[in-house]
Amino acid sequence: MPTFWHIYIAAGTLITIVFCGWLIAWSAKQGPQNKGDDDLVGHVWDGDLEEWNNPLPKWWLYLFFITIFWGLGYLVAYPGLGGYQGMLGWSSSGQYYDEVDAAAARYEPIYERFAAMEWDDLVADAEARQLGASLYASYCTTCHGSDARGAKGFPNLADGEWIWGDSEQQIVTSIKTGRNAVMPVLTPALGGDEGVTNMVNYVRSLSGLVEADAAAEAMQPMFVTLCSACHGADGTGNQLLGAQDLTDEIWLYGSSEEDVRSTIVNGRNGIMPAHGELLGANRTKILAAYVRSLSLDDSAAGMP
Amino acid sequence: MRHEKIEKSVNLMMVLIVLAVSGGGLVELVPLMVSPEVTEPAEGIEPYPPLRLAGRDVYVREGCYNCHSQMVRPFRSETERYGPYSIAGESVYDRPFQFGSKRTGPDLARVGGRYSDEWQYVHLMNPRDVVPESNMPAYPWLAERTLDAELVERKMRRLRMLGEPYTDEQIAGAAAELEGKTEMDAIIAYLQELGTNPRVRR
Repeated sequence: MPTFWHIYIAAGTLITIVFCGWLIAWSAKQGPQNKGDDDLVGHVWDGDLEEWNNPLPKWWLYLFFITIFWGLGYLVAYPGLGGYQGMLGWSSSGQYYDEVDAAAARYEPIYERFAAMEWDDLVADAEARQLGASLYASYCTTCHGSDARGAKGFPNLADGEWIWGDSEQQIVTSIKTGRNAVMPVLTPALGGDEGVTNMVNYVRSLSGLVEADAAAEAMQPMFVTLCSACHGADGTGNQLLGAQDLTDEIWLYGSSEEDVRSTIVNGRNGIMPAHGELLGANRTKILAAYVRSLSLDDSAAGMP
Repeated sequence: MRHEKIEKSVNLMMVLIVLAVSGGGLVELVPLMVSPEVTEPAEGIEPYPPLRLAGRDVYVREGCYNCHSQMVRPFRSETERYGPYSIAGESVYDRPFQFGSKRTGPDLARVGGRYSDEWQYVHLMNPRDVVPESNMPAYPWLAERTLDAELVERKMRRLRMLGEPYTDEQIAGAAAELEGKTEMDAIIAYLQELGTNPRVRR
């Protein structure tokens, strides 16, 4: 802000305060000074109730002056007069960073202690799981659900199926940098509606949802051509690409004929947003270990 | 009894009240109107492109500000949850700004990129499909209503008159950008960029 405005603010503030002080002092001297002066305001109620034009009580008057001196003292101690920063050097961002530093000094050693643990120990550690559960509740529930069982399009984290892998490095990467799994639109390559229907039947037959008829069975070479690059020739998926296993009973986008058709016709674009910046490395690792623990046999105690 | 003069003359009373109130306004408000911290865009802040501009107006029309604020305050409890605190220069192209005053839902100042487009879509169609505990209303009609490109163009021209640096090409390209888009696409585009400008934490 240009200097002119600093001076403008400081002068405006002080002039206003001085004016208020003068106005109070001046008006206190006006009118009758003693109770009982023959000076009625002229209001009459119920025939004989009248009102004196009395001065303000002294304690009330002094309260006004006390607020003025308090205000001046405040302006000396805190920023308020233009560019003057105040004797205490207070600022809202300074207070914020003090708060952040104090929290870091208190919590970082705890995070560091856990983050330094071996992965397997961390996954099994009850205290770390508790901490992870609270991180999970803050950052993950909106998509993956408060019970970690996900929703259509948002993976279940407790079912033991790992779209991107279950190792420390893979889970940490998923949380830190996010993931993007792209399923392309395949209608043109399948040559229209009939091809799509047969492919839907073939894909659903991989996990035994339907019995493939001859037309669906005939899609096998087409599956190898179009789908195997990601899902593998046998349809068991590929964790490097986030391509799902089509032979099991877990279906991220639904297993009904309609859902599978929609996946093939419209494609899918599964995105896990990056959380590394928000969480920092230590908390990312604690959270990753907690997520890993969710599908372990003994995870009942650690459920969110 | 000089106070009687003021108390019994409404005109004199009015003049004195205006003088008393404008003292504070002149000192507190006028300097902010010319202060670069408030009037200059922060790093990475550009006028809204057509689709996001349309989305912002959907946000305002549906009254999202009644339950969602768009200002992360400088407290650790807020920055831990939402990201770096908001600064004035991030709102210079918001007319009017969407700070809000009540949080029934979370703050949205930095919601951009926190969820996928797919999540935003499902959540706006029916919030309980992804967040069973949610009490947010569903907005399914957004997916059916298309955008009026001509109206958005006119808005951009008006905003340019107010000083927003839209170029002729941007205004001319609005119709193409909005072609075939629904209000749902617009509000998702709006939400997905909220607060994604570069912002150092310290």
